[in-house]
Amino acid sequence: MALLALENLHLSFGGVAALAGVSLEINAGDFFAIIGPNGAGKTSIFNCISGIYAPARGRIVFDGRDITRLKPHQRAELRIARTFQNIALFRGMSVLDNVKIGRHVHLRSGVLACGLYYGRAAREEQAHRAIVEREIIDLLELQDIRHKIVGTLPYGQQKRVELARALALDPVLLLLDEPTAGMNAEETEDMVRFILYVARVKRLTVVMIEHDMGVVMDISDRVAVLDFGKKIAEGAPAQVQQDANVIKAYLGEDVEVA
Amino acid sequence: MQSGDFRVTYASDERIFETRLPIVALVGLLAALAFVPLVAGTYWLDVLNRIGIAIIGAIGLNILVGFTGQISIGHAAFLAVGAYSTAIFETKAGLPFWLAIPLAAAVTSVFGLVFGVPALRLKGLYLAIATLAAHFITTYGIIHWERMTNGVLGFNVAPATVFGLPLDSDARIFYLIFALVVPAVFFAKNLFRTRVGRAFIAVRDRDVAASVIGVSLYRYKLLAFVISSFYAGVAGGLMAHHSRIVFPDAFSLLVAIDYLAMIIIGGMGSILGSIYGAAFMTLLPEVLKLSATSLTGVYPNAFGLIASARDIVFGLAIIFFLMYEPQGLARIWMRFRSYWKLWPYAY
Repeated sequence: MALLALENLHLSFGGVAALAGVSLEINAGDFFAIIGPNGAGKTSIFNCISGIYAPARGRIVFDGRDITRLKPHQRAELRIARTFQNIALFRGMSVLDNVKIGRHVHLRSGVLACGLYYGRAAREEQAHRAIVEREIIDLLELQDIRHKIVGTLPYGQQKRVELARALALDPVLLLLDEPTAGMNAEETEDMVRFILYVARVKRLTVVMIEHDMGVVMDISDRVAVLDFGKKIAEGAPAQVQQDANVIKAYLGEDVEVA
Repeated sequence: MQSGDFRVTYASDERIFETRLPIVALVGLLAALAFVPLVAGTYWLDVLNRIGIAIIGAIGLNILVGFTGQISIGHAAFLAVGAYSTAIFETKAGLPFWLAIPLAAAVTSVFGLVFGVPALRLKGLYLAIATLAAHFITTYGIIHWERMTNGVLGFNVAPATVFGLPLDSDARIFYLIFALVVPAVFFAKNLFRTRVGRAFIAVRDRDVAASVIGVSLYRYKLLAFVISSFYAGVAGGLMAHHSRIVFPDAFSLLVAIDYLAMIIIGGMGSILGSIYGAAFMTLLPEVLKLSATSLTGVYPNAFGLIASARDIVFGLAIIFFLMYEPQGLARIWMRFRSYWKLWPYAY
């Protein structure tokens, strides 16, 4: 059974259909890529999955459970994590605090325990600090910048911190919105290496929106192509590349080959 | 000799105090504070007491505005609810102060919760206007519920008594105020190195990202209002006991603006900044007054002039901090400290 199923999603903004009946099935363990021209509705799909937008019609089923009406933080509790196309880090916090807040749903202490820093709150904080250090900071090579304020870091590192924050949730499903956008070749290579490594080690199901076709073809198992809010093709990367509809969507109609 | 600052456990890296020296200094400071009433005159004790109350109130406002990013001009209303509830619990219900103040703070929390509801829908300036409405509704309520509040005249509050000893002098109330300032500071400090505080900052910095990572916006925005108004409730309760009278004009809109100025000048999103800001805003008029008094010999009109200069100086100070030091006095102190940490070696 599919881990995540989108059934006939419709979403529109003031008459403009962002999604016009998109259905997708993503199996556990898949590395699934969503591609398409600008404005095709890729990020809208992510916003529906993570609960920022409510689809006008359609269902989202995660792990056998209808999550269409859940709030964003309730979906995080089901361990769906994501990154954003335009980095959405907590700029005033240190790298470490950004990653730590990724563990928010795994911590339990309330206001009183936190304010008194007594008993469970203190133990919990330190236990999770150790997890964050061992499993995230070391893995993504963030040791030397862990105490830096995120807003002061260069772009490539911020992208990496965002991945770290998503991983700290210990996700079952990881949504990556253009993880290598705006990166140079070397940064892209590092990022892809990190993503592949964590996907394998942690056996994550990954859905990735990406414009870099080289990256998409290299690392994804399946690809869906979106255009004007509709899915126009789906399949293995090589198969999708040859699809007539896809070529049309990217290059336009009536291409005369001279 | 210590050649650097090494931390070998996570616990040591999570501490509030990085080295032992500040702990020693703090204990020293607290011990010194305990002796202040024995040596200081009433005038300076009164100033110190007002600083102490302002610290609690400013931390409360900073938790809401500086840390959680929910702009509020309703802080004077929260202080008023704290002060009036304390006074009413004591004079009408005959409760002792040690019950009345926490109860009043709880009442203020509920009040804050109610007026925090618009924050679920509104942001920025719109929220500011909604809290402004809270202010006027509260003031109206206080003036018109005469049976309880005695309207515009207000009413007197008997001094708090500890084991039959009335806290009727500045020296005595001093101990009560600072016995509450210390835990108020530490509670806030702890809050922001743990889960709840991080969630507040996340809501401030990127609310959408915060919700996606698992922070319930509803819960934490309301929680910020509740905690903030609890602090305001305590500060208000202390105000009632410090001035021993409650009346509506003591909680005018200017008070709310003063508190906002405290956290802007001290440092938004900084506990220490709240302390510096509270001290700065309380001391500034006193310093102006003193300089005016000393100048009257030379220039008889000085008093009137400098008294009216107060507002101008405040305005200029706020503009200066917004433009040149948006992180406030806390930031200036940090720069000063890191400079001397390494002195005389530049690296």
